[in-house]
Amino acid sequence: MTNKLIVSSSPHIHTPDTTSSIMLDVIVSLLPASAFSIVLFGWRAALIIAVCVISCVLFEVLACKLFGHDITIRDLSAVVTGLLLALNLPSSIAGKNIWMAVVGSFVAIFIVKQMFGGLGHNFVNPAIAARIVLLVSFPVQMTRYYAPFSNAVTEATPLSNPQVHLTLKELLFGTYGGSIGETSVLLLVIGGLYLMIRGIIKPIIPVTFIGSVALLTLITGGDPIFSICSGGVMLGAIFMATDYVTSPTTNLGKAIFGLGCGIITVIVRSGVAVEGVSYAILFMNLLVPHIERITVRKPFGWEAPEK
Amino acid sequence: MAKNKTLSYFTNGILTENPVLRLVLGTCPTLAVTTAFMNGIGMGVAATIVLVCSNVVISLLRNVIPQKVRIPAFITIIAGFVSIVQLLVKAYAPAIDKSLGIFLPLIVVNCIILARAEMFASKNSVIPSLLDGLGMGVGFTVTLSVMGLIREILGTGQVVISESLTIPLTSALGIEPMLLFILPPGGFFVFGLLIALSNKIATMQGKKAVENMGCENCPSKSACQLLDEEKQNTEKEENEDD
Repeated sequence: MTNKLIVSSSPHIHTPDTTSSIMLDVIVSLLPASAFSIVLFGWRAALIIAVCVISCVLFEVLACKLFGHDITIRDLSAVVTGLLLALNLPSSIAGKNIWMAVVGSFVAIFIVKQMFGGLGHNFVNPAIAARIVLLVSFPVQMTRYYAPFSNAVTEATPLSNPQVHLTLKELLFGTYGGSIGETSVLLLVIGGLYLMIRGIIKPIIPVTFIGSVALLTLITGGDPIFSICSGGVMLGAIFMATDYVTSPTTNLGKAIFGLGCGIITVIVRSGVAVEGVSYAILFMNLLVPHIERITVRKPFGWEAPEK
Repeated sequence: MAKNKTLSYFTNGILTENPVLRLVLGTCPTLAVTTAFMNGIGMGVAATIVLVCSNVVISLLRNVIPQKVRIPAFITIIAGFVSIVQLLVKAYAPAIDKSLGIFLPLIVVNCIILARAEMFASKNSVIPSLLDGLGMGVGFTVTLSVMGLIREILGTGQVVISESLTIPLTSALGIEPMLLFILPPGGFFVFGLLIALSNKIATMQGKKAVENMGCENCPSKSACQLLDEEKQNTEKEENEDD
């Protein structure tokens, strides 16, 4: 592959970024939310994170060995996938159902990522695909949430039960039941800002995604602040939808992508299922090749041929 | 040698040209009915009976059927046997009839049966056609029942053999089954993984993996009339150009 690339003469632009430095930045940006999830949900959150990360890395090694690729754990992408998958799981699966997290890691790394050729070749976000496979496979276990700071009380999420009223402060800090990493809006936004300042992600996808969810909820008569601070919108928009491999490369393409995610999220929430963020991202992931095709940048000075 | 060749008509359909995994034919019933082991076997056996009978009859009539109306003629013959099988299943195995539903009469348009009629039976004599139908049918049945077995074990944690006989596996241990596998996406997952596995086995035997479908990569292209016609057409055009 490499020797097929033609390198033109200098000067070249050099970037110090490598896959592992970018992945490391993503891990750093997820640390506040991950740490706080351990504060909220205790050993359960810690166990889920540990199991997901370790099993993702192990499956990566196994798959690379089996398919004869170079072992790619040093680029840290498997760690990021494991961490994101963990943050998408409810704390209730820690315990006798913790093997579900391992199954999720297998789907994410082995099937979605490595069977299609490894990093850069996965057609959808591995963590999102794994979450949906688990959600469809184990609908009961995947939607049983523990309330924060408690051990056995199951609680409906604000999205699933309109009776649960939350103050803005509770929404921002995430002191309510949900997937372990999705509730603390404030810390997720801090992580997102860090990534934007470091230049790892552009703000276009998160802004169009979150903005269109808020706007559409407002139009359909809902509470826009509640709609974007509850469920997985922040986690999805900032960390999952911005995945390089499965999002468009041009600014216009990113805007279309974010808008589509927002629209599908609101549509799914309004009747199909309780939460639609993961379905929206998965669906838009599949549309990325087509978005890329219609948003190809014209070379400077290019004119459309006359018909 | 002659004996080996006769035998290869039969084994061809099971391994080298497995209709589902190597020729990627009959995908619709493969994905739809393999939610359970017994459904897979039922579908496979029903299709095998139709395939063997239609192959034999079409082979017998291959010199009588006019070339231009061969497809309607094949379909009429196949439909006749499907009606017989459907009535038999309804009478003697109503449970299988119920679980296969619309896919039983749809055997009429099963592309494995039509493909074997077109590619094989209409060009070969009776005995090879019979063996080819049998081999393809066994290949279809084995693949469907393996898929059904995987999906049923993972998706329900047990294997239902009949109304009175259920073998509990993981369900007995209280492990939650993965519902995904008895839903449509699970069918695609298992199908894809089995094709990957058959590709692996094929490349280990030094054969080409199934990557891009289309006439050029079709394992049956040597027997394909479409390709022959195309070749004749291009040759004709070339001659006209000259």
